Amino acid sequence: MAQGSHPAPPTGERRTSQAATVTPADLRPAPPQEMTGAEAIVRSLEHAGVDTVFGIPGGAILPTYDPLMDSTKLRHVLVRHEQGAGHAAEGYAYTSGKVGVCMATSGPGATNLVTAIADANMDSVPMVAITGQVAASLIGTDGFQEADIVGITMPVTKHNFLVTDPDEIPRTIAQAFHIAATGRPGPVLVDIAKSAMQARTTFAWPTDLDLPGYHPVTKPHAKQVREAARLLATARRPVLYVGGGAVRSGAAAELRRLVDESGAPAVTTLMARGVLPDTHPQNLGMPGMHGTVPAVAALQKADLIVALGTRFDDRVTGKLSSFAPHATVVHADIDPAEIGKNRRVDVPIVGDLREVIADLLPELAREHAQHGKPDLEHWWKQIEDWRETFPLGYSETEDGLLAPQHVISRIGELAGPEAVYVAGVGQHQMWASQFISHQRPGGWINSGGLGTMGFAVPAALGAKVGDPDRMVWAIDGDGCFQMTNQELATATINEIPIKVAVINNSSLGMVRQWQTLFYESRYSNTDLHTGHGTVRIPDFVTLAEAYGAAGIRVESKAEVDDAIKRAMEIDDRPVVVDFTVSRDAMVWPMVAAGVSNDEIQYARGISPAWDREE
Amino acid sequence: MSRHTLSVLVENKPGVLTRVAGLFARRAFNIHSLAVGPTEHPDISRITVVVDVDELPLEQVTKQLNKLVNIIKIVELEPDAAVQRELLLVKVRADVSTRAHVLEVVQLFRAHVVDVVPDAVTVEATGSPAKLEALLAALEPFGVREIVQSGIVAIGRGSRSITDRALERVMRSA
Repeated sequence: MAQGSHPAPPTGERRTSQAATVTPADLRPAPPQEMTGAEAIVRSLEHAGVDTVFGIPGGAILPTYDPLMDSTKLRHVLVRHEQGAGHAAEGYAYTSGKVGVCMATSGPGATNLVTAIADANMDSVPMVAITGQVAASLIGTDGFQEADIVGITMPVTKHNFLVTDPDEIPRTIAQAFHIAATGRPGPVLVDIAKSAMQARTTFAWPTDLDLPGYHPVTKPHAKQVREAARLLATARRPVLYVGGGAVRSGAAAELRRLVDESGAPAVTTLMARGVLPDTHPQNLGMPGMHGTVPAVAALQKADLIVALGTRFDDRVTGKLSSFAPHATVVHADIDPAEIGKNRRVDVPIVGDLREVIADLLPELAREHAQHGKPDLEHWWKQIEDWRETFPLGYSETEDGLLAPQHVISRIGELAGPEAVYVAGVGQHQMWASQFISHQRPGGWINSGGLGTMGFAVPAALGAKVGDPDRMVWAIDGDGCFQMTNQELATATINEIPIKVAVINNSSLGMVRQWQTLFYESRYSNTDLHTGHGTVRIPDFVTLAEAYGAAGIRVESKAEVDDAIKRAMEIDDRPVVVDFTVSRDAMVWPMVAAGVSNDEIQYARGISPAWDREE
Repeated sequence: MSRHTLSVLVENKPGVLTRVAGLFARRAFNIHSLAVGPTEHPDISRITVVVDVDELPLEQVTKQLNKLVNIIKIVELEPDAAVQRELLLVKVRADVSTRAHVLEVVQLFRAHVVDVVPDAVTVEATGSPAKLEALLAALEPFGVREIVQSGIVAIGRGSRSITDRALERVMRSA
């Protein structure tokens, strides 16, 4: 039996980030035992609470794959490309609440992980990457399959290690898991020389972590929290600007109470979709480049922005100097370096968001008890006016082909809020963010910061492994899908029945949209020949079948619902639905790159007339 | 832009200097000088880095540095409350006709001659950056052939030590 085929043990408590923390209290001393460094790696992963590893063996990691085969606690999922292992580990981390683990060999194995590591770094995903390195005596000699992966990943990891002494393996792995999961989560790479795997060592799980320079602050400063409460209780045009930190810290319940208590409108960024239900009347939706007009406008006109676990990304702020010009800013984040990095902050709060909001709630209630709730009636009247005038929507296509927004809406409606939606990057990602009604944290997974095309299929696979009882839909584009579709083999063989909706517009759609808008419709190298009326290379239906997955093609609106239902019924293998859609559909609203959010276009050439309200 | 001196206590581990230098490079911060060496504790090294930044980016520099796992402590040393020194070795053209003049300058600055050949002398000087600049200006007319400088090292005035508490931290976690 291959090492990949035994089932994952129960994952236990499901909570984001902190649950997987290795704290000194968890570090139970184990009796020292003689073994190889490779065995020590496997044993350390078991001690760290790992149940699933995504990876591919190769020369320098081979010694570790041998004892891995005997582990009864670790399931190894053999992927087809190391990037797939990395994204799968990310998807797994999202749904399991644990640290995702990927493994690769030295040189090309390790460099293939880099994109996924950078992705995890940008989106603060807890991940540990274990890579084999050439033998210590060969390091620095340009040995076969040698790459300085510690040097390469230094800028894109939270931290990384090179281990050449087998005695250091347990402590280093314990440190890696602790660093990955605590504070602002992120990827940690542990590069281990083959010679250290082959050498004998005495295994002892550490009783302390020895990280004198690592002390993430989680407890917010009481005075700052009081000041934030005072501002929130007195603002006339407040907005809660909620980011992915709310998801990572497991703060959904606290956030909900804050939204209700404050009465303020909330916007949920691309990384925060679902942390506050889209159906909540105070949720204005997504801000930013493709945000809703009410969300973008509310931030622009706000007199107070309470930023919660978010980082004033350029895709949210537009031209920074004209972003929310009248707003006082409260910024709470676990990472002190995010505070004041882009936008000047009036009240900085460093801390775990769950604790920040938990502390903020009684302070806010006290303000309200003393001074009454603020009168937000005028503010809400203005917001409701924007909502009424500029609701999210789309127009039917002019070429008679399927509207991609319709497909994505129907998937969201038929699969429902309990499913997990994993997007690639591009137009389909924006539509999936906009037109699926996101209702819970963890139900929406995408590559926000790095914008990694090809993220969806492997991340969906990992998400399904992390939470096998949920239906997992990858919403992918025809461009994205072709970057990582080899992982369908992984999904089929390991019985990971994900659903893949390829929103096939036969082009690199987002780039094409920009070419339409900013390059006089000169479509340089964006035609992929996969869609309606083309040679269809590849044919996604037969490609799916070649991988042992079910393939379904949809070309008209009438077929959409049936195809989605059929895909939902197939549970013994992955399903790929090739939705051939119009290539002319565009993502609206839109703020062009580098311009002020005031210049948001609701649809092509249509901008709200702001002064009407003033 | 203004000049700031940061004393950075780091774990004495391989690659730490690369992490610090790499961070400066990728966040587009300008390093004026950087000096690194051991401290009174074998597990701690000290980096003195002088940066040219505005007040706000300096805060970013410090915060980003603090995120590096191997960094234990960062202290900005204000010029008035710290002693700053740099070592300079300079090779100056000096033959029979000019040597006396060169030596006069060397004495004026309380520098030392550490090597002499018929057509040159090598001068060693320590001092504040301003003093060394003045020395170099004075030597310039004779013909400066080669300069090497150590980068600034700095220490706070008074009896307080910035390593004390950092040491406690290291000892506690070890």
